[in-house]
Amino acid sequence: MAEYETHQYDVLVIGAGGAGLRAAIEASAAGVSVGVVTKSLLGKAHTVMAEGGIAAALANVDDRDNWKVHFADTMRGGQYLNNPRMAQLHAQEAPARVRELEAWGALFDRTRDGRILQRNFGGHKYPRLAHVGDRTGLEMIRTLQDHGIHQGIDVHMECTILTLLKDGDRIAGAFGYDRERGRFKLFQAKAVVLATGGIGRAYRITSNSWEYTGDGLALAYHAGATLMDMEFVQFHPTGMVWPPSVRGILVTEGVRGEGGILLNKDKRRFMFDDIPPLYKDQTADNPEEGWRYTQGDKNARRPPELLTRDHVARCIVREVREGRGSPHGGVFLDISWIREKLPNAAEHIKKKLPSMYHQFKQLADIDITQEPMEVGPTVHYVMGGVRVDADTQMSDVPGLFAAGECAAGLHGANRLGGNSLSDLLVFGKRAGEYAACFAKEHSAASVNPDEVEAAARQALEPFGRDSGEGPFQVQQDLQNMMQDWVGIVRREEELEKALRQIPILWERWRKVSVSGNREYNPGWHTALDLRNLLTVSEAITRAALERKESRGAHFRDDYPAKDESFAKVHMTIRKGPDGEMRVSREAAPEIPADLQQIIEEMK
Amino acid sequence: MATATFRVWRGDAQGGKFQDFVTEVAPGMVVLDAIHEIQARQANDLAVRWNCKAGKCGSCSAEINGMPKLMCMTRLSQLPLEKPVTVEPMRSFPLIKDLVTDVSWNFRVKEQIKPFRPRKPDAPDGTWRMDQKDVDRVQEFRKCIECFLCQDVCHVLRNHHLHDQFIGPRFFVYTAALEMHPLDMEDRLKDLRKTQGIGFCNITKCCTKVCPESIHITDNAIIPLKERVVDQFYDPLKKLFRVFQGDQ
Repeated sequence: MAEYETHQYDVLVIGAGGAGLRAAIEASAAGVSVGVVTKSLLGKAHTVMAEGGIAAALANVDDRDNWKVHFADTMRGGQYLNNPRMAQLHAQEAPARVRELEAWGALFDRTRDGRILQRNFGGHKYPRLAHVGDRTGLEMIRTLQDHGIHQGIDVHMECTILTLLKDGDRIAGAFGYDRERGRFKLFQAKAVVLATGGIGRAYRITSNSWEYTGDGLALAYHAGATLMDMEFVQFHPTGMVWPPSVRGILVTEGVRGEGGILLNKDKRRFMFDDIPPLYKDQTADNPEEGWRYTQGDKNARRPPELLTRDHVARCIVREVREGRGSPHGGVFLDISWIREKLPNAAEHIKKKLPSMYHQFKQLADIDITQEPMEVGPTVHYVMGGVRVDADTQMSDVPGLFAAGECAAGLHGANRLGGNSLSDLLVFGKRAGEYAACFAKEHSAASVNPDEVEAAARQALEPFGRDSGEGPFQVQQDLQNMMQDWVGIVRREEELEKALRQIPILWERWRKVSVSGNREYNPGWHTALDLRNLLTVSEAITRAALERKESRGAHFRDDYPAKDESFAKVHMTIRKGPDGEMRVSREAAPEIPADLQQIIEEMK
Repeated sequence: MATATFRVWRGDAQGGKFQDFVTEVAPGMVVLDAIHEIQARQANDLAVRWNCKAGKCGSCSAEINGMPKLMCMTRLSQLPLEKPVTVEPMRSFPLIKDLVTDVSWNFRVKEQIKPFRPRKPDAPDGTWRMDQKDVDRVQEFRKCIECFLCQDVCHVLRNHHLHDQFIGPRFFVYTAALEMHPLDMEDRLKDLRKTQGIGFCNITKCCTKVCPESIHITDNAIIPLKERVVDQFYDPLKKLFRVFQGDQ
């Protein structure tokens, strides 16, 4: 018999980033008991790394902005594969969620008349991102954390969930272990909210931390929920590329929002060379107009550096491939050139982009006020995730909710910068609200002790093995495979190769052995996380193989154009009755006439 | 390829010792990279806490060659590699395992500090107006990434163990951010004096020196709070007034 302590909650929230904390606060406010489980310490979740800002049509800087423009921008950025209802709710509710943060103590940068300042970002028609320098995520998570600790929420820090538990069709709780002591914990809950973030650790070069192993997606999948849009993995165009140890660390889009330009080794501003038709009318056709846009000229159009992330990332790949890259395989991102335009440029850059200044100074010996940075694409975000109901965020499994990055729908084929933080707030709140409703309407479910026993047994198996292979080697091989064969540019034969490799990696995973004991043992944790990484990697590969076209973040070298027959189709992933992964094509919901009209008006 | 020796603390609450690991070093590497390298190849169960690897989350605090630092922001090129680099856990907190300490005390302290209490919205649109210059000084405090290196180095905690009478530099910064917030109406001065021990700080500025966010902890947070406390409780006229009011 496995030993474990038992906790009972009305609502269990898995994850304590922006979405998880916002969900917990909302559920708690509805008067139900709430537990939060977090893999790290409170306040360290990935949200803390978000830099640029929170997108919300507050119209503080440009009064032409409103939810309809934000909605249309989001749909265009997502190549109209977004769930239209989610995009609508997001655009409508984001301003209230930002003001709410201010009422809880957040201190955003201010406009001259004392309101929340907003900045330009890729794909957003007007300056829309409420921000705090380039550390907006820190401000957001600290605000939610400091507010949340006074709401009577139980927090289980450094605790990892291994499996979800069900009672018939509905959710019944979750089973996990605490990192510090390695002891098991059983959580019985009437409703569970997944807020576990993304999957970046499936790749070698990523801006994501060790936590991003696709836990929520894999947990939901194995519990019978549907995953959707997994082929859409966002490569942020600007990650650091040198020195090797910092490869992948994010360089905020805010650099380009403040006037930063992309150059190849010939000092050519290559982004002017390829502007997609969908954005032609909104994009500056000369550097001067682009500069005026970044400085707030309402009559100027945005510079091509602020096109959507998928497009900018591919342009960078093209420059590098065709031999016009920087010495370490990226391109140049230059903000120092604004010296030509502003008298106190160095101070201005340090004020607007303080953490970028320090990051390059400390980690790369580069003074960004004086010289260009070297940047290249880095895995940053997954648009796909658990399929949820737009209003309630409930998955196909009754009582199981998902919000934030681990949920699918809002961003379609490509996410706009700044739409993630607002996503966390808007849908974190909704998930918390509806999870609390669900908990109030349902009695407690019962947990099957045999399932718990099985999960505990499986978790401990790596200690008893003697294969000689540890988990880190398997993880590294998986990351290399995904990077090389399921990366930013994809081909049928490479995807097929990956698909043949995955069962071999699964087999190796089944044999990994770990040394030491259960207390704070990273080898053991990596072995357990690998199951999630393998599940999401397989889902990404299968979906990418199935979408035989290029759209948004998904680019197929062998099908480089968009294909109308895929324009209104989602790839969905489910676990078959035989335990095998099934991918199928499903028709996207029709865009309602009133929303379609908004899209047409904003074109 | 060049190599370097890392003298890493291995152990748990029962005790421990240093263990030497030789690992390859590459240009641009930071201490956390070396620890990860050791973990992946030589000691899978070596415990280390980390998240962002970019100086933004404050998880990987440790003592490197005796100095409290973030492992992810300490480059090997800044260290003398001809002798072993010592990497130890923060010594002011109970050890869990290897480089990981139990910092839960900090989270409990924060809960005891009175939360943000804003004045009623007073702008026509139902929000507030704030000047950037009023926001600036609080934004400095809100840069804090809660790495707890300032708590680690503070002698009131490290040497005198006054954890139940003194909240430490991190939470003076936190309190200063609340007290100086343009919208906040709460009064935390009595707590600072009575239960949070601001008087124990004798402004040696060790906390300021180790802050990876370069927050002027002593000058901008602690000293102004001390001044407010003095002004409130030790001004003779105010003291007399309180005697008449029956408030101590």
